[in-house]
Amino acid sequence: MKPRLIVSRQIPPAVAERIRAEFDCPWPEGRDMTADEVIAALTETKADALLLTSHLKFGADVIARLPANVKIAATCSVGFEHIDVPAAKARGLPVTNTPDVLTDCTADLTFLLILAACRRAHEYDAIMRAGWRQGYGLGEMLGLKVSGKRLGILGLGRIGQAVAQRARGFGMQVLYSNPRRLPPEQEQGATYFSEFHAMLPHCDVLSLHARSGVDTVNIMNAEAFALLPKGAVFVNAARGNLVDEEALLAALTSGHLFAAGLDVFHNEPAFDVRFAALPNTFLIPHMGSATVETRTAMGMRALDNIAAVLAGRPAIDPLWH
Amino acid sequence: MPKPVLLVTRRLPPAIEERAARDYQARLNPEDAPRTGADILRLAQGADAILCCPAEKLDAATIGALPASIKVLGTFSVGYDHIDISAARMRSLPVVNTPDVLSVATAEIAMLLILAAARRAGEGERLVRAGKWTGWRPTQLIGTQVSGRRLGIFGMGRIGRELARMAGAFGMEVHYRNQNRLPAELEGGAIWHDDEDSFLAACEVLSLNAPGADSTRRWLNAERIGKLPAGAIVVNASRGTLVDDAALIDALREGQVAFAGLDVYDGEPRLNQGYLGLENVVLLPHLGSATRETRDAMGNLALDGIDAVLDGREPKNLVR
Repeated sequence: MKPRLIVSRQIPPAVAERIRAEFDCPWPEGRDMTADEVIAALTETKADALLLTSHLKFGADVIARLPANVKIAATCSVGFEHIDVPAAKARGLPVTNTPDVLTDCTADLTFLLILAACRRAHEYDAIMRAGWRQGYGLGEMLGLKVSGKRLGILGLGRIGQAVAQRARGFGMQVLYSNPRRLPPEQEQGATYFSEFHAMLPHCDVLSLHARSGVDTVNIMNAEAFALLPKGAVFVNAARGNLVDEEALLAALTSGHLFAAGLDVFHNEPAFDVRFAALPNTFLIPHMGSATVETRTAMGMRALDNIAAVLAGRPAIDPLWH
Repeated sequence: MPKPVLLVTRRLPPAIEERAARDYQARLNPEDAPRTGADILRLAQGADAILCCPAEKLDAATIGALPASIKVLGTFSVGYDHIDISAARMRSLPVVNTPDVLSVATAEIAMLLILAAARRAGEGERLVRAGKWTGWRPTQLIGTQVSGRRLGIFGMGRIGRELARMAGAFGMEVHYRNQNRLPAELEGGAIWHDDEDSFLAACEVLSLNAPGADSTRRWLNAERIGKLPAGAIVVNASRGTLVDDAALIDALREGQVAFAGLDVYDGEPRLNQGYLGLENVVLLPHLGSATRETRDAMGNLALDGIDAVLDGREPKNLVR
């Protein structure tokens, strides 16, 4: 008999195909469900496993209401702020995420933000959509050349390292700040700063790749922005709550920052619309992992975790030990 | 001895206008008014040199009618398809351009177009700005992964080679088509195709980096688009004349080309209005070299070439 599965959100076709083959699931393509609907479906179908995404707030209250037949909950995301991991651990429920598989796509998107912010892509696109009729003088609408600039990275983990690798193709000098210095083979010539604030005055471009946590919330505050050189470019494809958005708006409005590229915001999707009123921002709706290849790989990795636990093996990407 | 007279057809970056005014009796264009061939002939009377831009067409008739006092023609661009070079050669008028110095900035725009097109950044940007973002969905704005893909570069000159280097850092496998195979040290591991069909079949992403010329006019036509893998991505940061716009627009509507990114257009600043109705294109207004560092370097190189000719030296940036 196939194991029973509930999928609480729409998923890519290739993942649905595998679910059809390997699981007993009423909606293999996934269905957008509320927490109440998820609990009801898990109870009615006596499901063995739940595949969820970050849309489902998986707090202590929801975990407490899960029927006893649920043996694993796998989130199809690398972030797990939506899951109360201690509550899952207290209940003995394995919970897993999907690290690694979105490294390349997120690094690609980070570099898109860097290029788009430096080269004024929002303004250029707006010119075209308004029906460009006039050429520009040779001193007009000039952007910043990316190549040869200094790139500061906060958090040189997997994604940060992949961004650094791309930056080297542009002859950029890479600086980084991290809780600990990395060995040379991961550092690849990047310059280490133990103090984040000591790195900031040397960054022509700053990109955040830190986890969100008590020590990193609002790490980019007014003081940190002021430490960047005038005319610096700021990008964030990590987490919105790393940034004090009032301070970022002030730095963009005053001209201290040349531009910003943002994929994440404090409040999503109800982001601060004052960003959209600024010409020197490039704004996209949390698309770091939004490719067919990566979303499929994330779904497959979540299924791999579910299959492992249901077969009595340890989870591949457990969120608690 | 009086300073030589230099006609500058358009407004230039401040540092370049300062240098022109220091070394020449410079006839500048502070209003940045467009100049026709007739304007140029009128303004060039008694001048020793002209510094023009790609927006001005210097055809055989205009060049033939230039006053005899003109000893050198400089263009603020690497491309010189707006200048009739054989007409210039007929009257022994040296032409200087600005190679090399804009290669990196232009390759950056090509890489930006690849990423923005593949990752649907234009759509994402417009969705957010229009206040239509209603939440993160696993199936929203799903694009195509860039890293690890095959990139085909049509025209492996300086800009193409810079792009190849950047794409290599994204783990892309680079294929190229060029008049001649490059020596190994310039090839940098890129794969040369003697055969056009095998090249087109390899292009999951196709970047046009060849100069505008009669031989490349409408090179990317319906037949060649049909030989690309289904769902290919096409970017153009070279010259708009390389593309048959109607064929590309059809392919974008039908999905044979999934996404396109364009910085240049046939007949710019006009463009085929069909592009404006499409969500799966990213459009930029020909600003491939638009960084302060690059524009200053271009202006200085053009003036270096003009200085050299007027001093009786051989300019290093002479168009041959």
